Amino acid sequence: MAQLIDDDPRIIEFDVRTDEMLVNMGPQHPSTHGVLRLVLRTDGEIVSQVEPHIGYLHRCAEKIGENLSARQWIPYTDRMDYLAAMNMNLGWALAVEKLMKYEVSEKARHLRVLIAELCRIASHLVGMGAYGLDLGTFSPFLYAFREREKILDLFEEACGARLTYSYITVGGLTADLPPGWVDKCEAFLEQFEPVIQEYHALLTTNAIFVKRTAGIGVLSREMAIDYGCSGPVLRGSGVDQDMRRDGESIYTAMYDGYAFEVAVQKDGHYPRDHTYPAVPADAVLGDCWHRFFVRMLEVVQSMDLVRQAIDRYSACKGPLGEPLKLAEKIPAGDAYLETECPKGQMGFYLVGDGSPIPWRVRARSSSFSNLSVVHELCRGCLIADVPAIVGSLDIVMGEIDR
Amino acid sequence: MRGPAFLEKLEAALPGAVTGRNLEAIDPWIEVTPERIAEVSRWLKESSDPRFDSLECVTAVDWCEPDPKKAAKVAWQPRIELVYHLWSTGARVSLVVKTCLPRWKNDTPGEIPEIPSVAGVWRTADWHEREVYDMSGVNFIGHPDLRRILCPEDWEGYPLRKDYEMPLDYHGIRAR
Repeated sequence: MAQLIDDDPRIIEFDVRTDEMLVNMGPQHPSTHGVLRLVLRTDGEIVSQVEPHIGYLHRCAEKIGENLSARQWIPYTDRMDYLAAMNMNLGWALAVEKLMKYEVSEKARHLRVLIAELCRIASHLVGMGAYGLDLGTFSPFLYAFREREKILDLFEEACGARLTYSYITVGGLTADLPPGWVDKCEAFLEQFEPVIQEYHALLTTNAIFVKRTAGIGVLSREMAIDYGCSGPVLRGSGVDQDMRRDGESIYTAMYDGYAFEVAVQKDGHYPRDHTYPAVPADAVLGDCWHRFFVRMLEVVQSMDLVRQAIDRYSACKGPLGEPLKLAEKIPAGDAYLETECPKGQMGFYLVGDGSPIPWRVRARSSSFSNLSVVHELCRGCLIADVPAIVGSLDIVMGEIDR
Repeated sequence: MRGPAFLEKLEAALPGAVTGRNLEAIDPWIEVTPERIAEVSRWLKESSDPRFDSLECVTAVDWCEPDPKKAAKVAWQPRIELVYHLWSTGARVSLVVKTCLPRWKNDTPGEIPEIPSVAGVWRTADWHEREVYDMSGVNFIGHPDLRRILCPEDWEGYPLRKDYEMPLDYHGIRAR
């Protein structure tokens, strides 16, 4: 054991016991991705315990949902994961449609895939850029926001808003795409594709970045499942699960006919990994580097899906269809649906009682479960690793606190 | 997989625990007695086929005492309904487990009802049960660290109860 500790270059003062100190990180610390407060119990540079305190952004979304009709609640879902508001809209819209046994038109279905996957790219770009910031490099953030800006411009043209869209709604979408939008989107994808190699050069293969993330914060497969982790955090630990493929039929039917491979390491290989940087030697499955890399692969995967959706959407001749009335009655009963959002599996549960206003609304947040594992990951790490671990979970406080 | 055969095994393993079922619902659910929820959970996680190794969500639904004028039209019994959404990562199927508690312990308003915690079965339940305690007022017996999670620690009342009234002020801050 002594030999092991001597060999570990990260442990520099294991036999020097200093006084225990409580360090307060947040709620306004920039690398906590919002108003998250972490109380660290430290001994010198080593963290022995981390206790997250959440709730600073609690806005009673569930209570508000019990006082509004299902479609009126759409703007509140925007404000949960505000970096992937389209996916939030989609999750709630599908949950309501599941309870109402409503099916949207073919054109609306493909447009939803197109918009949701584009939003996934935007969200992962923020996750990537902000992760660079957490680790002390500023440039990737600017590179990421430059491209994200173009996606936001596309969204603005489609629905008028840049952050809180309310575009996908119960029963369809609020409007069709304006003329010429598809061409602009294709031009963006064309221009964006080579940029991804820049990201890999800036971060994925960067020696300092690899040193800060490879082998840090290793989340085992069992622990990830036990804590209800989902999305890239779960896939980064090697669990082959993606709700777009494995979820409930109403959600997987949306992706029917689309070809995509779940970004997860199988037998030591990621799908199509010959075109991407090799996994560094220090990286262990489930560490910060793998969580980050899964996100990068999903950007490419989403681009592919956007292209497929554009083809299918353009081929649809039928009408888009009107969304449901604002005060459409919701049948008695309950339904729960999880969708694959960029941050993980976002679940919406609603109980209807026959009136337009749901009796109970529940949002199961993916970041909430992903964050609950942080005290396990940070046990025994260095203080400087705490932002690296929290950043790799890619949390959004708006979604955790609701 | 979630059909009658699965339920028969559960019945055989834990007789009397399942009190209701609806396998034709949008999300098929079973109802269990609240006292045995931890036992049933452990069975579902460790012995059932498929094994439900992931707890996705814990929700409390408050079916409140109806307004006396409308009571004749209301079909429900006043209760707190706890809904557990389970997921099997191996078989990729879900299961809903419901259980009903009285709104108040011993019918004394202010005394919150009790139920065994499942935090020892799935670690997800740790934070989810804290949230249910915070928002809907259910006391989870055996929870490792049951305290409020979203509201401040000195908050009074349970906001997601239907009869909750927002306080007029909080430490001198006007609330409504």
